[in-house]
Amino acid sequence: MQATGAVIRVNGLSKSFNGKVKAVDDLSFEVGEREIFGFLGPNGAGKTTTIKMLTTLLKPSSGSAEVCGYDIASDPNDVRAAIGIVPQEYTADEDLTGQQNIRFCADLYGIPRGVSRDRTNELLDLVGLQDAADRKVQTYSGGMRRRLEIACGLINHPRLLFLDEPTLGLDVQTRTAVWDYIKKLKVDYGMTLFMTTHYLEEADGVCDRIAIIDHGRLVKIGSPAELKASLGGDIIELGVREDSDLTELIMQSKSVKGVRKVDSTYRIKAELGEEAAPNIIDAIRSKGFHVTRISVTKPSMDQVYLEYTGRTLRDAEADRADMFSQRVTLRRARSR
Amino acid sequence: MTDLVSRAQAAGAATSVSASATGPSWGMEKTDRAKTHGLWALTNRELMKWYKTPVLLFMTLIQPVIWLGLFGQAMNFSKVFGGSGLPTQAVASLLKGVFGVSDYFSYMAVGMLTFVILFTAMFSGMSIVWDRRFGFLDKVLSTPVSRGAIVMGKVFSAVVRSLIQAAIVLVLAVLLGMDTGSITAAGIAGTFVALFLLTIGLSTFFLMLALRSNDWQTQQAIMNLLNLPLLFGSNALFPITAMPTWLQDFVRVNPISYTTDIGRQLLLGAPGFAPLGFDFLFLIGFSVLFSTIGIIMSWKLLTK
Repeated sequence: MQATGAVIRVNGLSKSFNGKVKAVDDLSFEVGEREIFGFLGPNGAGKTTTIKMLTTLLKPSSGSAEVCGYDIASDPNDVRAAIGIVPQEYTADEDLTGQQNIRFCADLYGIPRGVSRDRTNELLDLVGLQDAADRKVQTYSGGMRRRLEIACGLINHPRLLFLDEPTLGLDVQTRTAVWDYIKKLKVDYGMTLFMTTHYLEEADGVCDRIAIIDHGRLVKIGSPAELKASLGGDIIELGVREDSDLTELIMQSKSVKGVRKVDSTYRIKAELGEEAAPNIIDAIRSKGFHVTRISVTKPSMDQVYLEYTGRTLRDAEADRADMFSQRVTLRRARSR
Repeated sequence: MTDLVSRAQAAGAATSVSASATGPSWGMEKTDRAKTHGLWALTNRELMKWYKTPVLLFMTLIQPVIWLGLFGQAMNFSKVFGGSGLPTQAVASLLKGVFGVSDYFSYMAVGMLTFVILFTAMFSGMSIVWDRRFGFLDKVLSTPVSRGAIVMGKVFSAVVRSLIQAAIVLVLAVLLGMDTGSITAAGIAGTFVALFLLTIGLSTFFLMLALRSNDWQTQQAIMNLLNLPLLFGSNALFPITAMPTWLQDFVRVNPISYTTDIGRQLLLGAPGFAPLGFDFLFLIGFSVLFSTIGIIMSWKLLTK
């Protein structure tokens, strides 16, 4: 997806707490218009701190950021009016109906009553909650609650929507449905979406671009394909009936980067495995040899993630309050 | 669940059809940027939690009622001294000398009005801690609603709640035998103005204490630490004249004392420890000072 203009411009953004701990350290990146931008990283990597700064809940210690054309430090209220937020937590009021909850959000944005009535209906339609509009939120399932939060985040018709772990604790079907709504927002409404998630394969499928941050620093940014290519390409495993060494022959094929022979199997690293493989097969056959089996393995987003953030287990850096809110979130996600 | 999935798939299908068409473009539009927008919504949200949960209303009322019923009736000084063989007339004038009224129940009933206010104000501080923990506060803070409105919404809901509670306590007290000899409409109105000022000041005070906290246990400890000194360090239960001088000094800066003083003078016709005018001036100063500090602190503290 080619970015037509930057909706978020982050420039040397840093945040330290109590003058010492650098939660975010000199972060710079851009998010283009109509882009689904994934912001990945281990717990405590600085994701939440970055989002809190971009959504004007925290003031940066140094550096600057522009969101929807407004500076987060000097025009926080303009930023707030232009963006929408779907928090990780379920913040809707349990005792109110879905419709009342959306109307409440509209009031917070100062949307006139007449407009908010129409828009509430439009959003209930969009997230498919029209039938449940007059039911109390406490009767909602996890997926319905999440969609209600999305509707609330859209009440001011934002150009940019922040989603923090939108699928946390949901089952596969519901997660798929939530991702479909997110894609729909981009395609049908031209929105830009900035989101965090720990479901890496899903991020791979949904995001146009992904940034991986760790220890408050940006470690890698690019499209999912670029990130996976950065690992050195796909792995082709090839079996040949004949015993002769074909390493030289395979190396000559287009986009092959390395070959290793293990017994009668060749492990080939290639940039675009699915395009390289037929070429290799043709080359081998043209010399009269026989290919017995072949497989192409693409690097997964999991591998990319582990490559850049390491395999070391992270000790719980979350404090008690974070753990508490996460427990509440998970419990509500699983409610029926 | 299947319902949800099929609907999402339908949505997905619709998406692919209209993918080429440019959808409705959402942009920024003119919204109400007045500093007060959202104030009513936030206030009403707090009130709704209260009137939609009758148990909560009942619990907050039951405490002063228990105090009125048990403490007020047990500490029946006319009975206590009546047993000592003194003539009833003498007991009555003795009580009038100490409390300014001839029965203790009426005396403490007025004190209970401020007691209700103190409790409601304390819990408004507690609610902001919960809002922070449940992520609600962050959501509200990410909207263009003014930071001051977030605090004032809680203050106003505390005002409405505590004034209704105080009215109910007053009615109950009258039913339980409070002296109604000198009650006038103007007196009631004046008393409620005083209660109004006290709630504004106290609830902003407790909210300020809670503004940065996300730990409800600490908050609870702070509340418990402050609640009894504020109650007993006032004239709500006992007359100031019977206290040691160091305590009297504290009572004289405690806004609860001035509210009770107004109530006693206006509802019971009892002499006060300060003139009415001074009582009101003190309370106005207290509420203006604390709500100003509260709004300024909410600007500073709600964004770190």
